[in-house]
Amino acid sequence: MAVAETGASVGGAPDRKATLLSKLVGAQTPFQTKRALWGYVYAAPWVLGLIIFWGGPIVASFYFGFTEYAVIGSPKFTGLSNYIRAFSGDELFWPSLGRTFTFAGMYIPFAVGGALVLAVLLNQKLMGTTVFRTLFFVPHLIPAVALAVLWTFLLAPRVGPVNEFLRGIGISDPPGWLASRDSALASVTMINVWAAMGGNTMLIFLAGLQGVPQELYDAASIDGGGAWAKFRHVTLPMLTPTIFFNVVLAVIGALKVFTTAWVATQGGPSYATWFFALHIYFQAFQYFRLGYGSALAWVLAAVLIFFTWVQVRYSRRWVHYEGG
Amino acid sequence: MTQDTLLQSGPVSPQRAMQLLNRCVTYLIILVLCVLFGFPLFWTVMSSLKTIPEMFSFPPILVPSIPQWTNYWTVLNIDYPVGQWFVNSVMIVILTTLGTLITASLVAYSLARFEYRGRDVLFMITLSTMMLPAQVTLIPQFVLFYRLGWINTHLPLWVPHWLGGGAFAIFLMRQFFLTLPRDLDEAALIDGAGYFRIFWSILMPLCKPVLATLAIITIIASWSDFLGPLIYLNTPEKFTVSVGLQFFNAVPEVGGEPMQHLLMAACVMSMVPIILMFFFGQRFFVQGIVMSGIKG
Repeated sequence: MAVAETGASVGGAPDRKATLLSKLVGAQTPFQTKRALWGYVYAAPWVLGLIIFWGGPIVASFYFGFTEYAVIGSPKFTGLSNYIRAFSGDELFWPSLGRTFTFAGMYIPFAVGGALVLAVLLNQKLMGTTVFRTLFFVPHLIPAVALAVLWTFLLAPRVGPVNEFLRGIGISDPPGWLASRDSALASVTMINVWAAMGGNTMLIFLAGLQGVPQELYDAASIDGGGAWAKFRHVTLPMLTPTIFFNVVLAVIGALKVFTTAWVATQGGPSYATWFFALHIYFQAFQYFRLGYGSALAWVLAAVLIFFTWVQVRYSRRWVHYEGG
Repeated sequence: MTQDTLLQSGPVSPQRAMQLLNRCVTYLIILVLCVLFGFPLFWTVMSSLKTIPEMFSFPPILVPSIPQWTNYWTVLNIDYPVGQWFVNSVMIVILTTLGTLITASLVAYSLARFEYRGRDVLFMITLSTMMLPAQVTLIPQFVLFYRLGWINTHLPLWVPHWLGGGAFAIFLMRQFFLTLPRDLDEAALIDGAGYFRIFWSILMPLCKPVLATLAIITIIASWSDFLGPLIYLNTPEKFTVSVGLQFFNAVPEVGGEPMQHLLMAACVMSMVPIILMFFFGQRFFVQGIVMSGIKG
């Protein structure tokens, strides 16, 4: 603060207008004022973007949630009726929300746990690690539409290679996968896990593993700890911040699941993969109920914010920070 | 060295044997995983080279007897404008990536190097936009573009990226700017360079690695984007590869002819550019993910 005050007096006695401007931008000298103004100029595109594509839409969507609106014409205020309809009058609302949670409950442990296993395997400094890492990563690069299309063929009940393999090993009645009501949800989960396991989550784990100090492993060896003990008592505790980060991202990703289900099954068969994001899409962009769709989007936002808050709140119980 | 001599000189020590066994088991697991991750891709490429009877033969065949390379040519000449989809996607990807790189680095420069009232608030707001699901802003954005008459044009897909490029891009660039020594700016300033000159001629050349990272991440996201094109584009001539594929998948028959082998070829064509790019830019990509993950 002392420095700042001297700065103001060094600036001499600029005219009143400049002083007012300086105060406005939080600067003391003409030089600082000029620099601050340039700062605003360079930040301007994003400020504009924030207003047009974030701030404005957030306010608008919150308002739309209380209206009836079909693009053509103007929104008609209907109070809480959209929310009342969602919670008590929409047959697909609760099932699609529940289905999304079921998906997340299956997806997160397999995607995050699988990524951790892959990272631990690749961290053994074996020959060919780069090749393996690349191969594990490639599924993550496949555009989601192509992913859904290729798995539709792989999992084709009669002529698909997966079922052919299952019949080959003696399972005479393999599942119908995406085509059957009972297995469609599990199939979509599996596809998403397959694509996500070796992706960014694994890379972040690999980076985390590199940060575990070798001394800790050496100490564990001296104490007679085997591979499992080292993993359980050194790797896992040291990795908890990374696990936390990946789980938070996985929850956000899982609750928004859309493309694979949309392309592979269109939410079927008989609504078996009708996730919440699909419900929003159909209401808003197929039936053009923009008001109702906005209300649903806010329900999703509330769920996401709630889960993120819960995770941050309870993370102290299990996340171990170095020196914290 | 000692271990080698040990191996040659007599019976293997139990510890060494244990280690070897561990190695073997690890390799075995990795091998199984390679098949698990590799086979679907291999099968897709093989299917794209099959004839229709081969595709639907029962039991399924793995490798086509004669690879039908012409499938790739045929798919570009069917009733769907498949070639056009690729042109559209490439155009959108280029415009999106350019906009993101240029404007995100300018905004990040402002956040990292300038002092002004509201800067930290702006940064906090930027970070918090990453938490909100896109669905919340999607509907009003649709209304906005509808009012502007931009529906069924490519404008909604790339124009927004010229206004700052999004929170992640700004965050990544800002973190990198913070690692560059400030003396560079000050020296240039004393030599009489303007702020834009400092940004363009001094800092940007140093940002090449992180720009490469950001470019790769943006290209992948933009190339794979599905929801955006699905909502804004209506006519097949305007489709991107993603929506086009979905359209192709939903109506696989033209004039009663099954076209699944061509669909597979189109699938492979949609994957190849991204995978190739990843191979060449792998180093930058991995760095970027690690940087955002560790510091986030």
